[in-house]
Amino acid sequence: MTRPTETPITLAATEGRVTPRAAIPADAPLVLRGLTVSYGEKPAVFSVDATFAPEAMTAIIGPNGAGKSTMLKAALGVIPRLSGEVAVFGQPIDVARDRIAYVPQRASVDWDFPTTVIDVVLMGLYRRVGLLGRLTGAHLSRARDCLDRVGMGDFAARQIGQLSGGQQQRVFLARALAQDADLYLLDEPFAGVDAATERAIIDVLKALKAQKKAVVCVHHDLATVASYFDEVFLINVRRIAQGPVAETFTAENLHATYGGRLATTHLDQLDLAQG
Amino acid sequence: MGNEFVQFSLTPMLIGILAAVACALPGNFLILRRQALIGDAISHVVLPGIVVAFLVTGTVAAIPMLLGAAGAALVAVVLIEAIKRLGRIEPGAAMGVTFTTLFAAGVLILEQTDTSSVHLDVEHALMGNLESLIWFRAKGWGSLLDPVALAALPDELGRIAVVCALVVVLMIVFWRWLKISTFDEGFAQAVGLPVTAIGLGLVATAAVAAVAAFDAVGSIIVIAMFICPPAAARLVTNRLEHQVMWSVVFAVLSAVLGYVFAGYGPLWFGSQNAVSAAGMIAAVSGVILGLACLFGPHRSRVGVGREEVL
Repeated sequence: MTRPTETPITLAATEGRVTPRAAIPADAPLVLRGLTVSYGEKPAVFSVDATFAPEAMTAIIGPNGAGKSTMLKAALGVIPRLSGEVAVFGQPIDVARDRIAYVPQRASVDWDFPTTVIDVVLMGLYRRVGLLGRLTGAHLSRARDCLDRVGMGDFAARQIGQLSGGQQQRVFLARALAQDADLYLLDEPFAGVDAATERAIIDVLKALKAQKKAVVCVHHDLATVASYFDEVFLINVRRIAQGPVAETFTAENLHATYGGRLATTHLDQLDLAQG
Repeated sequence: MGNEFVQFSLTPMLIGILAAVACALPGNFLILRRQALIGDAISHVVLPGIVVAFLVTGTVAAIPMLLGAAGAALVAVVLIEAIKRLGRIEPGAAMGVTFTTLFAAGVLILEQTDTSSVHLDVEHALMGNLESLIWFRAKGWGSLLDPVALAALPDELGRIAVVCALVVVLMIVFWRWLKISTFDEGFAQAVGLPVTAIGLGLVATAAVAAVAAFDAVGSIIVIAMFICPPAAARLVTNRLEHQVMWSVVFAVLSAVLGYVFAGYGPLWFGSQNAVSAAGMIAAVSGVILGLACLFGPHRSRVGVGREEVL
């Protein structure tokens, strides 16, 4: 078997010209190596290495403009990356797309789009159904089941524009569930949702973890990091730190990530690890 | 009445209907992608392409015209980019300058060349020549079964029929791609859809429809065909599938009513002359949109901006 990451760098490494990098672990749901993304002249994400853990919930945190969403989108190929490698369960992303479910930011789509809730969830079955395949009763009941899991079973026939922000977010999550993936990537799933929705979403995500799935969320609410997540990845354009919440979610690392933007009083209220 | 109708009105009406449907179908997605003015841009750029293609080949056949339009589109893209970079002005201004300049160049070239042998002059280029696309050999409804008469159908009918069928097939085959990538481009990319190719394919399809509709309604009024029927349809329903069907209904209605009003409307008011069919078709589609705005059951949702979170 050839190594999945045979690039000029690794080839040069085998010839002893550069220090070889550690082999990409095949069981890691998502590995990024030297990921760099730029919108203009300034990089939005610079040379980020990350290894996301299996069977765990990971929060990606950092200040606004730190490149949290950008990193996720670049890993998926939604936006082009300048350089870097991405491996999903040890494979190139285009081979492993069936194993990923992606929930974009709710505000990134036009909710006036003329479609219904169940239709949006059925989009999650696209890779199963294909371009011309027929949607069967089994597909439909599967989509309904996913809606039930996020507590939106009664809204199947609603036009999506008639939903509240929290309900829209749950529909997006139901679409991801329909994808039946092994790695769930969510971009700010708790942004601007009501308390009931936040509860519903976290329950679903924890259930996914119990089924040995990996969950990665771009997250902005530092107050809930310790109670919701197992692992944390801190980023501010560059990678600051990554590891279990119990070890990595420290005042020191938060200062390094947010600079002076976090007040000490705020930090005192967080359930921080002792670094 | 019947025989005269078949000879003078049947083919123009069919061509009008097919052109309206061919444009309305891609128009649905252009509108939902907030790219409605791409139809406008296409209609402007297409003219010089068609004129130059005619000058080079000497015919108004479909393939050279399409190639000409494609070439003109390429020139437009390069010009826009050049003006944007060299002049350091915003993209909207660069587009506005490029489209109008190319269109004006098309009109000037057309005016200065001898195109009297074919139906290609400034008036037709702007407003179409639907009224002249008559079926000379037809003697009545029976001619529809007469091979000799059928062979003498205007070429334009076959051309627009082929294009309309092509648009319908593309729409059916790529329905899921279009729907998913129009609603949620990020998700579409994450599941591996070629979203850039889908977007380009949509614009290319719209351009082909615009070139084909050139015969019927000219290069400018075609913009109404792209926008009015789908926009009216959006106000009538909240389901994409139904929206597309309604847009076809409105397109057919615009073409039929527009043609009839243009031909017979002035007579009802005691005037002797008919008015431009293409103009009337566009006007009727505008009236339908107006009525949909006033009475459409889902009119309140259009124009509501995206929710800005973060």
